[in-house]
Amino acid sequence: MSEMPNRKPETGAFFPRDRNWHPPAFAPGYKTSVLRSPQRALLSLDGTISEITGPIFGHSVLGELDNDLIHNFAKPGESAIGERIIVHGRVLDERGRPVSGALLEFWQANAGGRYRHKKESYLAPLDPNFGGCGRTITDENGYYAFRTIKPGPYPWPNGVNDWRPAHIHFSVFGHGFAQRLITQMYFEGDPMIWKCPIVNTIPDRQAIEQLVAPLDWANTIPMDARAYRFDIVLRGRRSTLFENRLEGN
Amino acid sequence: MAQELGYLKETPSQTAGPYVHIGLTPNFCGIAGVYDADLGSSMVNDRTLGERITIKGRVFDGAGAPLKDALVEIWQADAAGFYNSPSEIRGAADPSFTGWGRCPTSAEDGVFAFETVKPGRVPFKDGRLMAPHITFWIVARGINIGLHTRMYFPDEGAANDEDPLLARIEHRERVATLIAAREGSTYLFDIHLQGPEETVFLDI
Repeated sequence: MSEMPNRKPETGAFFPRDRNWHPPAFAPGYKTSVLRSPQRALLSLDGTISEITGPIFGHSVLGELDNDLIHNFAKPGESAIGERIIVHGRVLDERGRPVSGALLEFWQANAGGRYRHKKESYLAPLDPNFGGCGRTITDENGYYAFRTIKPGPYPWPNGVNDWRPAHIHFSVFGHGFAQRLITQMYFEGDPMIWKCPIVNTIPDRQAIEQLVAPLDWANTIPMDARAYRFDIVLRGRRSTLFENRLEGN
Repeated sequence: MAQELGYLKETPSQTAGPYVHIGLTPNFCGIAGVYDADLGSSMVNDRTLGERITIKGRVFDGAGAPLKDALVEIWQADAAGFYNSPSEIRGAADPSFTGWGRCPTSAEDGVFAFETVKPGRVPFKDGRLMAPHITFWIVARGINIGLHTRMYFPDEGAANDEDPLLARIEHRERVATLIAAREGSTYLFDIHLQGPEETVFLDI
């Protein structure tokens, strides 16, 4: 963890979450949510210092290959098998301001839809050169990028014939612990998106579209890797319009 | 037509899924050699100030079964009541304490554990002191959006009695769901996602 010098401390409380935009806790089409969803109402708490603060991670936590899933688990001179892609974008807050120094962690299945995890028993094989985890930190403009291979869809025991669309899991830290977010990125044009019970826990189609990364032809590298663009929006803070009100207005 | 305010919508949450460990604690699930150590696995070092404590617990579903695939993160002030965050403007936090920890629940018995220090008191928005507390964030397969809650200490009765958050809990018997049990230097804090013992979760 490290300090972020030359930055005015952010002390405003966060905008409340729009919990009609997020998926509800209880979404029976996704069967595991039935017993894992609170039934009582959440207790609302307008940001105290315990929520407006949060850990910040310095670049010192990153290894050289942390943002290259094609190579960070591969044997020397080898690489993971599959469609080579770059995933990149910006992390912004709800006010459209870049979130710099944000730690992003991502994980995914390999090109055949197989996760490297002992609880996973799908018959598609592991790729000996693919681990499936990566991380990076946004720059001063909120930009991030990583290289990976496009994950495959995989079947899961929810309905009799349910398949996840190709997806990459994202975990995001902003500057306050109340901004903590885990989500999934999907790929433009994948017909599996609209059949997925997990995607469909999100009630609003526009909200789902926010998770679908378009093919970014302009940033595709010829003879190397195609690019997908995925921007992420974290909660915004109330501005401090009056200097004597540190908690914001 | 009025002008548009131009606010963006927050990216919607999705479940962390059953394989969250691949991304967040790869060494824990046997993916060795990518990261030196799992992030958040150590909060203290030899120089950390304050009373050393262990926090242990499990996360139970609505049928009373412990979750063996959950991931728990905690965020807390140091022993003097300062957060190790750029947004902490009241003073400097202990540089030997991260304030943040991450632990998966065990695949065998569902237990999570943190080695940390007991936090000092921090102020509520109106300046009153809150009782010492630790913020919890729980994600897992079947949890569509991370659940926030707080752990308070059973040996802080007077502070708990004047805590502004605890005071806001309408059904008073539910206050107990946020207060850990003590066994020596270990605090036991079980979280119940659903049912008669359901933990109070927060919209923070």
